[in-house]
Amino acid sequence: MTEQDILDLFTRILRDLLGDDSIVLTMDTRRDDVDNWDSFTYVNFIAVAEMELDVKFSVTDVESFENVGAIVRKAQALLA
Amino acid sequence: METSAPAEALERLAAVSRHRLDYLQTIQLERALSRVSFEEAPGFSRVKLAILASSTADHLVPAIRVGGLRRGLLLEVYLGQYGQYRQELLDESSPLYQFGPQVLLLSLGAHEAIAGTPLTTGLEDADAGLQPSIDELHMLWSKAREALDASVIQQTFLNVAEPLFGSYDRQVPGSPARLVARLNELLSEAAAADSVLLLDLARASEREGLDTWFDISRWLQGKLEIAPQAAPTYGDLAARVIAAQRGLSKKCLVLDLDNTMWGGVVGDDGLEGIVLGEGSARGEAHLALQRYAKQLSQRGIILAVCSKNEPSIAEDVFRDHPEMLLKRSDIAAFVANWNDKAANLELIAKQLNIGLDSLVFVDDNPAERARIRQSLPMVAVPELPEDPAKYVRCVAGAGYFEAVAFTAEDVQRAEQYASNASRQASLASSQSLDDFLSSLEMTVIAGPIQEVDLTRSAQLVNKTNQFNPTTHRYSLEEVQQFVGSESCLALRFRLSDRFGDNGLVSVMILRPDPEEADVLDIDTWVMSCRVFGRQLELEAMNVAVELAKQRGIRAFRADYIPTPKNRVVRELYPNLGFKPTPDAPPVEGASRWILALDDYEPRKTYIAREGS
Repeated sequence: MTEQDILDLFTRILRDLLGDDSIVLTMDTRRDDVDNWDSFTYVNFIAVAEMELDVKFSVTDVESFENVGAIVRKAQALLA
Repeated sequence: METSAPAEALERLAAVSRHRLDYLQTIQLERALSRVSFEEAPGFSRVKLAILASSTADHLVPAIRVGGLRRGLLLEVYLGQYGQYRQELLDESSPLYQFGPQVLLLSLGAHEAIAGTPLTTGLEDADAGLQPSIDELHMLWSKAREALDASVIQQTFLNVAEPLFGSYDRQVPGSPARLVARLNELLSEAAAADSVLLLDLARASEREGLDTWFDISRWLQGKLEIAPQAAPTYGDLAARVIAAQRGLSKKCLVLDLDNTMWGGVVGDDGLEGIVLGEGSARGEAHLALQRYAKQLSQRGIILAVCSKNEPSIAEDVFRDHPEMLLKRSDIAAFVANWNDKAANLELIAKQLNIGLDSLVFVDDNPAERARIRQSLPMVAVPELPEDPAKYVRCVAGAGYFEAVAFTAEDVQRAEQYASNASRQASLASSQSLDDFLSSLEMTVIAGPIQEVDLTRSAQLVNKTNQFNPTTHRYSLEEVQQFVGSESCLALRFRLSDRFGDNGLVSVMILRPDPEEADVLDIDTWVMSCRVFGRQLELEAMNVAVELAKQRGIRAFRADYIPTPKNRVVRELYPNLGFKPTPDAPPVEGASRWILALDDYEPRKTYIAREGS
């Protein structure tokens, strides 16, 4: 999957989780940039991303992702 | 307009909810559900549900609402603050009391209850250590009932303890795994004493594996005790209990016979030919379904049969087959005929005097299932797997018959229904089949038997007993001779529908009459019972008449020679416009028919022609 494929998937997931179709994620998006992306929704987002991509992030990774791009790159590495 | 639109939207969403949905799909469906306003919701029960949890439960809410939708419940859900269940329940001015739930679901973890018990504790001290938690639950339950006026559903404790001693854990009273198991025992007794309902998460996790239910990452990251991927199942389990409490559980299991209750087709294979019982894995798989049905009947679920069969042949199996576990007397409504199954289910519901929404319809044939889903959406239709080994799991796993009590009346019920139904065994009911047949998108490949068709054609000629007016048997070589003969017309028909290719399902062999060269005799016509009621006999006759006319044939002659199994085709020829002749074959009950091809009106069918 390309970076853009994963970004599109992440955007769709977060739109569903937050019920907000105006969300568009970029590699630089941080949690603070998105309204209501609180800590529960973050865990929920990681859970759905893992299910949809069939990958598993470590708790260390999940705590250290600084922006969406970091999650995308990690996902790509796990998928490779 | 404005009142019906949300109701229709709701029906559509409910139809979606009946499919197996993963976590994200569940969230999406709930999102759509929350956009519909429910001023009008005929056929749905509204219930206000509060969830109080000791762990994060936000992700369970959409799943519970979707589970409810699947079972005819419109749930309005209040979720308490994380870990605040005591405070909210004890403080009558809390938002919980303002919400005013009818049902309270308590989802608690075992951590607190087992935390104070030392590893070195003895058996009795272990119980004493757990007792305060049980006492507290008693107190919370009665508070919920008296002050909140809500009924209570208590979740059993998920046993997430890792092995400490290994297998020896069970023999160490204070080991965490054993303590949680014991806590669940004490909880079950306490709940029974207080008539509190359980949501048995512990059992579900044993059945499906703890890893399905618990994900340590989610626990560490957000204190989610139930893993998000298990949320759809959790929601369904919760909804089952709430629905059962409201009398929305199913009441009657309707079983197909051929390839459902036994392996094979009794009309073709005969009593000795069907596969059932010990000695064959396939036979035991079908027997297992019977055993499960029998157990259901012993707990008060009504059993019915809905089968496309000759009634006498079907009943004979119940009476005469030594491996039959279910007896005719176990079946409260027994419908075996050649009518449409939707009409037959309506008849069964009427005979038993229960609603169609109380029926679960179990049939191995995907076309029959589709027919029922389409015309009677209120009937539950499990998507039976192809492998009969999985039938019981499929029916049991869907939770149609969730109960909240087991009484003496339950035990007697099946019997009562059986006697009521036998009083009014009358039928005749028809429903327009057009929509169904059209939705099947059937196509037929019709034409002369080709080389590749020979083996299957000969097999069909020799195996078919029901749709077989003459029951002539021919070897492969004989069939080959008919195919090679200029004066014969040997046709085969392959039927496909939107569920797939049914394969070569009908063969017709027409031979020249020795005295009249322009008359063909329908020596053999066989059709697989898989495709009865699909109009294939009409389309096949259309094809035969066309091809015969091209050869200058004037008429068809056809015999009906009755056997114990071919009653289904007794009226075949008159229904196709054939006229009786006086010179019947010398067999009791036999008849001979003639059709002048110029008089034949091609029949309209929902089957399209494709190639040859």
